[in-house]
Amino acid sequence: MIVNSKQKAEQTGKSMNDYLAPRVREIQPSGIRRFFDLASGNKDIITLGVGEPDFITPWHVREACVYSLERGYTSYTSNAGTPELREAIAEYLYTSFDVKYNPKDEILVTVGGSEAIDLALRALVEPGDEILVPVPCYISYSPIISIGGGVPVEVETFAKDNFKLKAEHFKAKITPKSKLLILSYPSNPTGGIMTYEDWLPIAKLVEENDLIVISDEIYAELTYGEKHVSFASLPGMKDRTILVSGFSKAFAMTGWRMGYACGHPELIYAMLKIHQYTVMCAPVMGQVAALEALKNGLEDKDHMVDSYNQRRRLIVQGLRDIGLECHEPEGAFYAFPSIQSTGLSSEEFAKGLLLEAKVAAVPGNVFGAGGEGYLRCSYATSVSQLSEALHRMGQYIHKLKQG
Amino acid sequence: MKPLSELKLKVLDLLKEDARRDPALLATLLGVTAEEVAEAINELEEEHVIVKYVTVVNSSKLDDEKVTALIEVQITPERGRGFEAIAERVYLFPQVKSVYLMSGAYDLLVEVEGRNLKEVAGFVSDKLSPLESVLSTKTHFILKKYKQDGIIFEDPEEDRRLLISP
Repeated sequence: MIVNSKQKAEQTGKSMNDYLAPRVREIQPSGIRRFFDLASGNKDIITLGVGEPDFITPWHVREACVYSLERGYTSYTSNAGTPELREAIAEYLYTSFDVKYNPKDEILVTVGGSEAIDLALRALVEPGDEILVPVPCYISYSPIISIGGGVPVEVETFAKDNFKLKAEHFKAKITPKSKLLILSYPSNPTGGIMTYEDWLPIAKLVEENDLIVISDEIYAELTYGEKHVSFASLPGMKDRTILVSGFSKAFAMTGWRMGYACGHPELIYAMLKIHQYTVMCAPVMGQVAALEALKNGLEDKDHMVDSYNQRRRLIVQGLRDIGLECHEPEGAFYAFPSIQSTGLSSEEFAKGLLLEAKVAAVPGNVFGAGGEGYLRCSYATSVSQLSEALHRMGQYIHKLKQG
Repeated sequence: MKPLSELKLKVLDLLKEDARRDPALLATLLGVTAEEVAEAINELEEEHVIVKYVTVVNSSKLDDEKVTALIEVQITPERGRGFEAIAERVYLFPQVKSVYLMSGAYDLLVEVEGRNLKEVAGFVSDKLSPLESVLSTKTHFILKKYKQDGIIFEDPEEDRRLLISP
């Protein structure tokens, strides 16, 4: 008789959970998920909780993909991605961010920037390695580090510094076990950016302590005022850096799952080995679309950046007008106001805002240490929706203050 | 003609999206003062860059939907005045919504609106064709408008994003 694992579990009195690898069982579900459940099904909600552009992928990009399907482009591509796309990425990175990569062996096309980060960590992390992560940050880094047996070490950044990574805080967390630093600027959720001068002391510490850097630059195109400085473009940093980026944010292509990693050929080769055994290659349709975006979509991107910048001004002004302290977010599409003046925790504030004022936003504490007391508000939504959301938030805060 | 300032161009872009936006909102969006925006708008109006603020109507939603025709008109230009004189004689009719001088197989493209087919046909035969310099006309009735001046009437691209995502 064949006994499936469920029956076996019933016989032995074990729960299916007991079969899970402990390091997976111990992963906490994301705090964003809880809020998603609270918000879903409610029709009148205005959301500032969305971590993706409100633009639909430009039509010429979608059309290029449709055409490729009509022509029968439906097979695997080479593991690293089509040569045309890798060449286009190399040219784009060189002209836009002054970093030079050889499309032959220094660029790997992945399923979203997420896969690139996972590959880099899997290729580099051994159990017990300490991975430094500036926080508040994107919610995925720590869980993926833990799955691989690495130890995430949070390095706090603060509103008074515009959430820039400061050398003294970074240095204080470096130990002999430190191996990697994961950077993500412009930052989700804080909107913080790093300039050339901001980077130099960080690069010096990276060099002195012989660290490797995974630099997640998915929001590179979305800066307002200061142009993005790639960590890989800093003197001496290129070989130590795995540059991760993708098409989701700049080209409004989140659902296509198109990303890439660039770095030293030996690191990229290691990542390529994992990639070829796990996903083979990124979807060919997405690769065709990504190539079209790079060839003919740079102007669309500029329009989108302009439009985000306008809405950024609107939300920052609006949040300050309703009495919330808000530092100037210089990148990505998030404002990260402090809600400490209300006396509530982030979770309490966000929950009340959702249930009473029908505005969804993400409580800052889900983004790690230092996020408590803040609220992530995405301004990737229409001007009229933003105005209405700010109006509702104003009323909610007014009511809170009256007790 | 001197080029418009960057601020004026941005104000124009925002007003083309929605003419009802007030100067205070435009000022916040553009990171300038409300006075600067008001001044830019004033100048744009005075310079006749902004000609008028109008409402785009999806007339298929109205009970008394009108009929619209595009008419290709071939004409002989007038010595000395070219196409201008005849174009003026055509566009002064209130039922004429737009007139364009075209390159190619015909000269003027005239958009005419009427209560019904008969009214438009009557305009062509009684007013337009008899004009001395008009050589021929070809009338095309519009059956459905999908998009006008960059505005899609029944936009299928709704927001399909999750309410909250990382």
